[in-house]
Amino acid sequence: MRSGDFKISYAEDIRILQTIFIKVCIGIFILSLITYILIAEKYFIYLINLSAIATIGALGLNLLTGFTGQISIGHAGFLAIGAYSSAILTSKCSFPFLLALPVAGAITIIAGLLVGIPSLRLKGLYLAITTFAFGFIVEHVANTWDSLTNGSQGMTVPPVEIFGLAFDSDRSFFFIVFPLTAFAIIFARNLIRSKAGRAWIAIRDQDIAAQTIGINLLRYKLSSFAVSSLYAGIAGALFAHYLMYISPGHFELLVSVQYLAMIIVGGLGSILGSVFGAVFMIFLPEILKFLPDLLRDSYPVIVERFADINLILYGLIIILFLLKEPKGLYGIWTDIKVYWRNWPYTY
Amino acid sequence: MFSEGLTDFFQLCVSGFAVGCVYAIVALGFVIIYKATDVFNFAQGELMTLGAFICYLFIVQLHVPIILAFLLTFVTTALIGMVTEEIFLRPMVGEPIFSVIMITVGLSVLLKGIIGLSWGYMIKKFPSFISEDPLTISGMIISPLHLTTIIVTAILIVIFAIFFKFSKMGIAMRAVASDQDASLLMGISVRKIFGLSWSVSAIVACIGGILLSSITILHPSSSFVGIKVFPAVVLGGMDSIVGAILGGIIIGIVENIAGGYIDPIVGGGVKEITAFVVLLAILMIKPYGLFGKEEIERV
Repeated sequence: MRSGDFKISYAEDIRILQTIFIKVCIGIFILSLITYILIAEKYFIYLINLSAIATIGALGLNLLTGFTGQISIGHAGFLAIGAYSSAILTSKCSFPFLLALPVAGAITIIAGLLVGIPSLRLKGLYLAITTFAFGFIVEHVANTWDSLTNGSQGMTVPPVEIFGLAFDSDRSFFFIVFPLTAFAIIFARNLIRSKAGRAWIAIRDQDIAAQTIGINLLRYKLSSFAVSSLYAGIAGALFAHYLMYISPGHFELLVSVQYLAMIIVGGLGSILGSVFGAVFMIFLPEILKFLPDLLRDSYPVIVERFADINLILYGLIIILFLLKEPKGLYGIWTDIKVYWRNWPYTY
Repeated sequence: MFSEGLTDFFQLCVSGFAVGCVYAIVALGFVIIYKATDVFNFAQGELMTLGAFICYLFIVQLHVPIILAFLLTFVTTALIGMVTEEIFLRPMVGEPIFSVIMITVGLSVLLKGIIGLSWGYMIKKFPSFISEDPLTISGMIISPLHLTTIIVTAILIVIFAIFFKFSKMGIAMRAVASDQDASLLMGISVRKIFGLSWSVSAIVACIGGILLSSITILHPSSSFVGIKVFPAVVLGGMDSIVGAILGGIIIGIVENIAGGYIDPIVGGGVKEITAFVVLLAILMIKPYGLFGKEEIERV
C-alpha cells in the first residue's frame, strides 16, 4: 500500500492528479513526447498526429456511448460534417482557421442535436439503427452533392494557418493538435465529474430511474449528443486540415466501426481508455504493415489483400475484446497498477 | 391499355416489387434470429453475400451439378450459422445490448474481410438458369428473373408458414420466441433452438443472396442490401414475420418509385437513401412498426 498519502482537505481528495509521482510521470511523458517529435521521422509524427486526432473523436464517442449509454453507430457522420464544414468554410468562404474550427464545431453540434432528438423516444437497438442510418445518409450526401463537396472525387483543403503562419508540415501540425487534444482530455475528465457527467452516468445505468430522481432526460441526453458531436466535429475538422484532402471514403461506415472499436478496446466509460484505444487502433494496422515485409516472399497474398486483412483484424479485435476483456485496455492497465501497488505482498 | 404515365408507374411498382421480395427474404432471416434469440444481427447482409458466394463456388468454380450444389450450399451456410452462434453469440447471452450489437457489427466486418479475401472484388455474374428475354404483359416489361424472384419468395413464405405452424421444430422455435423459461420447463432445448434459428436464418439469407445476385451482380458490396433491410424490418416491426415480408416489399416499391420520379428532378441519389428516410420517419412516428410488439419497460 502507498503510505504517507493523507488527504486533509476536500480539494485534495477530488484532485485529478493525486500524487506528486503521477504529476512527475505526466511531465516526463509530455517532455519526452515533444523531444521525440523534434527528432523523430516524419512517418511516426504522422501516426502520432493521427492518434491525437482520433483521441478527440474517440473521447466524443465515449462520452456519448460509454458514459451516457446512447449507442451511436454513425460517428463518422459527425466527423464528416465537421470536416466538410471546416473545409468548405476555409476554401470557399475564405474563413480563417481559427474561426472555421469553432463554426465547424457549432454546425456539428446542430447535427448532433438533430440526431439526439429521436433518442428521447428510442433507445438501445432502435437508437443504434437511427444513428446508423444517419451516418449512411451523411456519407451519401457527401457523395452526391457535387457542387458543395465535389462528390466522390473529394476536395482539397487549405492547411492550418494562424496569423499568417502556415502549419503545413507534420511536425508543426503536432503543436496545433497536441494542445487541443490535451485540452479535450482535461475537459472531458472534468466534465464527467460535474453535474452533467453524473447525470449522464445515471442515464446510462437506468434512464427511467434517473428520471424519477429528477434528472431531466431531455436536457442531459441532448447535451451528451451536443458535446459528443462537438468533439467529433473538431476531430473531423483537424483531420481535414491535416490531410489537406477529404473525400466521402474517409467517412464511410467502417470509420464508425473503427471508432467503436477504439472505445471498446480502450474501455467503455473511461477517459484514459479512449486515449489508449485511439492510439492502439491507429498503430495496429501500421505494425501489421511491417509483417507483409517479412512475409512478402512466401505469401504475396497478404500484401495484395491488405485491406481485407485489416477488416478481418478489426472484426476479430472487437469480438475478442468484448468476449474476453470487456473492460478493455483500461481494465488491463488498472489490473497491472493494482498488482504493482501491492507488490510483493500480493494476496 | 393504360395511359403512358400509368404504365410507367406500374412498371416501377413491379420491378420494385421484385427487389422488395429480396428485401423481404433477407428481412425474414433477420426476424427469425431476432425473435428467437433477441439478437439484432448487423451481419445479416454479410451472411447473405457469403451464402451467394458459396453457391457460386459450388456451381461455377467446382462445377457441381445444380441441384446438388444448392443442397451443399444450404448445408454449408446452415453450419456457418450454427457455428457463428455457438462461438460468438452464446457467451453473450445476458450481456448488455451494446455488447451484443457490437459483436454482430464486429462479425459483419470480419465476414466482409473474409469474403473479400476469398473471392476478391471482380464483378461476377451468376449463371442464368432461365432465359432472360423479357415478357411483356399489357405494355409492362417484366424480366423473367424478377418473376422468378417473386415466385420463389411466395414459395418460401408458404414453406415457412407450414414450418412454423405444423413442424415440431417450428413450434419449438415459436415457443422459445414467446417465453424462454417456459420452453425450457417444457423440455425444449433452448440452446439447440438458438443454433437452429441461426442456421435457418443463414439459409434464408443465402436464398436471398442467390436471388439478388441473379437479378444484379455478385460482388462483396452486395452485403449493402443487408443494411437496406433495416428499414424493412423496422417498418414491419422487429418481431413479426408477416411484418418483415410486407415491410420488405413496401420498401422495395417505395424506393423504386422515389428513384423513378424524384431522381430525375434533383439529379440522382435519392433512390439509395429513400429507405433510410422512411426508416427515420417510422422511428419518429411509430417505433414498433406496423406489427411489432410494444415493449413495456419496468424498473
